[in-house]
Amino acid sequence: MELWLRYARVALMGQFSKRSNLVVVTLAQLLLTLSALAAVLVLFARFGTLAGYSREEVLLLFGVAQVSFSLVELLARGFDSFSAILAQGEFDRILARPRGTILQVLGARLEFSRLGRALVGAAILVHALRALGPAMVADGPALAAARYATVASMTLGSGAIFAGIFVLGASLAFVSPDGLEVVNIFSDGGREMSQYPLSIYDKALRRFFTFVVPFGCVNWLPLEFALARPGASWPAAFLPLAGFAFLALSFLAWRAGVRRHASTGS
Amino acid sequence: MSASASASVAAARPSFLAPYLGLFRTRLVRGLAYRAAAAAGVATQFFWGFIMISVFQAFARAGLSPLDPREIASYVWLQQAFLVLVVVWFRDAELIRLITTGDAAYELVRPVDLYAQWYARLLGGRLAGAALRSLPILLVAGLFPEPWRFRLPPDLAQAGLAFLALALAAALTVSVSLFAYILALVTLQPYAAFILLAPLAEFCSGLLVPLPFLPDALRRVLELLPFRAMLDLPARLWSGSLTASDSLRPFALGLAWLLVLVPLGRAALSAALRARDVPGG
Repeated sequence: MELWLRYARVALMGQFSKRSNLVVVTLAQLLLTLSALAAVLVLFARFGTLAGYSREEVLLLFGVAQVSFSLVELLARGFDSFSAILAQGEFDRILARPRGTILQVLGARLEFSRLGRALVGAAILVHALRALGPAMVADGPALAAARYATVASMTLGSGAIFAGIFVLGASLAFVSPDGLEVVNIFSDGGREMSQYPLSIYDKALRRFFTFVVPFGCVNWLPLEFALARPGASWPAAFLPLAGFAFLALSFLAWRAGVRRHASTGS
Repeated sequence: MSASASASVAAARPSFLAPYLGLFRTRLVRGLAYRAAAAAGVATQFFWGFIMISVFQAFARAGLSPLDPREIASYVWLQQAFLVLVVVWFRDAELIRLITTGDAAYELVRPVDLYAQWYARLLGGRLAGAALRSLPILLVAGLFPEPWRFRLPPDLAQAGLAFLALALAAALTVSVSLFAYILALVTLQPYAAFILLAPLAEFCSGLLVPLPFLPDALRRVLELLPFRAMLDLPARLWSGSLTASDSLRPFALGLAWLLVLVPLGRAALSAALRARDVPGG
């Protein structure tokens, strides 16, 4: 932890010294989020509802996806851009040091430009929670606490899935440097997809993104419980744990990748 | 690279168009060489296409929709297939490097019109990207079951009009994106202009949400801007949501914008060149 804080300080100082670059990238990220938000708002302005979900209910999912994705991009960029770390021989230096590889790869890249995007996502999340609050607290303080905790665990679980995707992509980089862009389908595409309730998608797509990459477990399934919808039961509150299982499995792949790694450098 | 190619073409046949055609061709050939990137791009575009169609169709089920589910599918697949032709953020990284390192000064030495030269290379790069990506997307999407299927336009005339509109869209997109390169020349901040211009163009052209889904007041304003002919016009002509007779006005407007934007861009470029010194020794 202490070592990671030192990594963070170095990255922070480095990025703030190139301030104009940081500002431009932060602005770009913000505009991307805002235009995605504009799309949601515009569509609700015309149609009023989406497959039985209200605007604030969808905004809740939107906020969960944005916050978790941008925080994971901030923290785990090292895994996301791991093929560059590998190609530059930087990983060999990491292996030579007497510390764990995961911590060092995390520390190698921290992307503070994602902070603005995370804040916008958080603001949307707070707005949605305030609008939906009355329904969530209607049946007593204990259940109300459970419902808010479910939203928190959806956010954490969603972050775990995104982190898992980055780690899996990095593990794939040990095998082949080609075609890694496909990982973006799951990371960027996963974010885009999970901004909306997964129930609107085709059954095959939904199954894949529930049982293989478990976005469904941090999306509409626990949301039913968090919103106190009729028929929703409390076990759904534990589904976001699947995100952590996914992350744990991806670390197994990572370990296998490190073991089979043969350096590219001299 | 492009310099020697255009020079040799110019030497062989000194017509005034030759250097621009040479640049256009080298960009096209180079773009076609990046097949792996195109394959990954195609996969990504399919996925995003599915997401967009699902979202729009799910919304449209809620009530009176200006586009029916089939029109939505055709609209989105046409957009995904020709994305590199119509998005502002598709950048020529090498041209940006040329601008920010000051190597653009060498371009000035050549006896060719700089605006036309940049226009040709940007158009060539975009056509190469679209040539690789569009066919696989359209062919495969044409085989999907309803309501996902990419459909042909109602008749041949409408298909022809849609292709004309696509050509106009590409010409307009290049003329709009050129302003971002010109701004990069002024500010030496390579991406700032793209970052502002790209989301704006995406929203106003109907790339983010088809324009008929927007509130009517906003839509009426956006229909007057040049962005409309960058996607809305070809995609809606193709999907059949816009009839041939209703397309005449947007066609004329788009063409008028092109005739305004090209001289404007040319003037801006020469003003920008006069106004600043080029970095580098």
